[in-house]
Amino acid sequence: MSMVEKKGASVWLTHIGLILGIAVMCFPIWFAFVASTVTQQDIIRPPLPLMPGPHLIENYKRALLEGVNAPVWKMLVNSTIMALGITIGKISISIISAYAIVYFRFPFRMVFFWLIFLTLMLPVEVRIVPTYEIAAGLGLLNSHAGLIFPLIASATATFLFRQLFMTIPDELVEAARIDGAGPMRFFRDILLPLSRTNIAALFVILFIYGWNQYLWPLLVTTDPEMNTIVMGIKQMFPSGDDWADWPVIMATAILAMLPPAAVVLFMQRLFIKGLVESEK
Amino acid sequence: MHLDNTMSQRVTFNNKFLPYLLLAPQMLVTLVFFFWPAYQAARSSLYLPDPFGLSEQYVGLENFTFLLEDAYYRASFITTAVFSALVAAISMGAALWLAIMADRIIKGSGIYRTLLIWPYAVAPAIAGVLWLFMFNPSIGVAPYYLKALGYNWNHVLNPGEAMGLVVAASAWKQVSYNFLFFLAGLQAIPKSVIEAAAIDGAGFWRRFWTIVFPLLSPTTFFLLVVNVVYAFFETFGVIHTITAGGPQQATTILVYKVFADGFVGQDLGSSAAQSVILLFVVGILTIVQFRFIERKVHY
Repeated sequence: MSMVEKKGASVWLTHIGLILGIAVMCFPIWFAFVASTVTQQDIIRPPLPLMPGPHLIENYKRALLEGVNAPVWKMLVNSTIMALGITIGKISISIISAYAIVYFRFPFRMVFFWLIFLTLMLPVEVRIVPTYEIAAGLGLLNSHAGLIFPLIASATATFLFRQLFMTIPDELVEAARIDGAGPMRFFRDILLPLSRTNIAALFVILFIYGWNQYLWPLLVTTDPEMNTIVMGIKQMFPSGDDWADWPVIMATAILAMLPPAAVVLFMQRLFIKGLVESEK
Repeated sequence: MHLDNTMSQRVTFNNKFLPYLLLAPQMLVTLVFFFWPAYQAARSSLYLPDPFGLSEQYVGLENFTFLLEDAYYRASFITTAVFSALVAAISMGAALWLAIMADRIIKGSGIYRTLLIWPYAVAPAIAGVLWLFMFNPSIGVAPYYLKALGYNWNHVLNPGEAMGLVVAASAWKQVSYNFLFFLAGLQAIPKSVIEAAAIDGAGFWRRFWTIVFPLLSPTTFFLLVVNVVYAFFETFGVIHTITAGGPQQATTILVYKVFADGFVGQDLGSSAAQSVILLFVVGILTIVQFRFIERKVHY
């Protein structure tokens, strides 16, 4: 429509509309940031000013080093390990299964394919109690392995790699075979380099997915020292009528948003590519 | 994802054991953490454990009939439907409006896009905390100004307000995603078609409803399914942080109820039966996604 309407007033109205929309979208985050820079006294006497106060360093230091139940730096470490574990785990096991399904012929190939497909229909939310029992039986409660392994099967990533592999010309395989390259050499020297952009795009999406997990960490980590930051923030609210420590909680909220937000902002092109492809 | 093509005319490697070895890690995780728990859920939905968890008794479909007669469970279906419809409508409406404006901008649209997409990175649980802070009945900024207007906001006691708040937080988080897809959809519409209509004298809204909106319908339908899946399964964090399903179960959606009955209430038979019902819901949504979206959405 841009070519059609470029009359002055209409363009300005569009800009103003967009700026208003962005203001509404960003306000909750800005407001949380303001709350993380003031004192508890400022917060319990509303309204809160719209500009940051002078207590930024103090509040973030208190959150990171003391927190409420556990220091937030520990929760950040747990979140990082979980997010990276899920991301790397999903990509690794998916790319090799896609490789097996596309480049080999073997009995029950399609059975494996459909088994992987069926996991799409089994999100954690549907099987929480029995999955929890299995994790407990395997001694995975309150461990990083327990945070990671039950989430790393991925039908979406497997399909994505399968689709990518199917676009790679047969001539490359034939050439590799003529050169005497075995299947693992072909995988390492040809398929992996060709999949680089897709791996990177998937990495961005899966990192955000892993970082933002909530229900599963809530079930498997009861020890505050093992909490991830996204689920641990809820545990920072007092259960009774006590005042919540809002400056520390809001500082934690900002810290919890920073890594995935940075990934979206700095890897925007890969992020969009990953989003569009993984949802197709 | 195209599942229908045959993948037969591939040049392949001959190796008896390697493919199984390559599939082993995925299969191990899938069997241990997906299929075995799903089987367990299906099995325990047919049993009733005694109060001490020492033995269980086969009860057939009793857990299901009990559930379907339970007023709270039926209410939870309606809650889920209302919640999902509102989240999808609000987040898609807002995103479409923003995308239409962003599509009109030639210079600087990249900056607008950047500023609009990054809330995607906010976890649902964090979105819940942000909105809880703004609407906290005693210290929140919104209740403060609402009070000045003569309205007493208290979502802790008022079911309608609680629903409004979880819808707002969930929809807010999803706008970025919908915006990206709507913008891509709008930019894929050939400008010549729209210009031709403009030359014929069609105004902006007429062009929108007769040309743009129909051409955008594959994107809209795709997003509708994605948003319903999101509202059903990914908003647990929002509800857990803001209302914990209350007040009086007014915000207990189906997924929240599985959690509340299974973990908090320890009603394992009922929770398992609910899992099985949810399994059918996911199955239907997955089939819809594959049958109808596959071939029709083009970006």
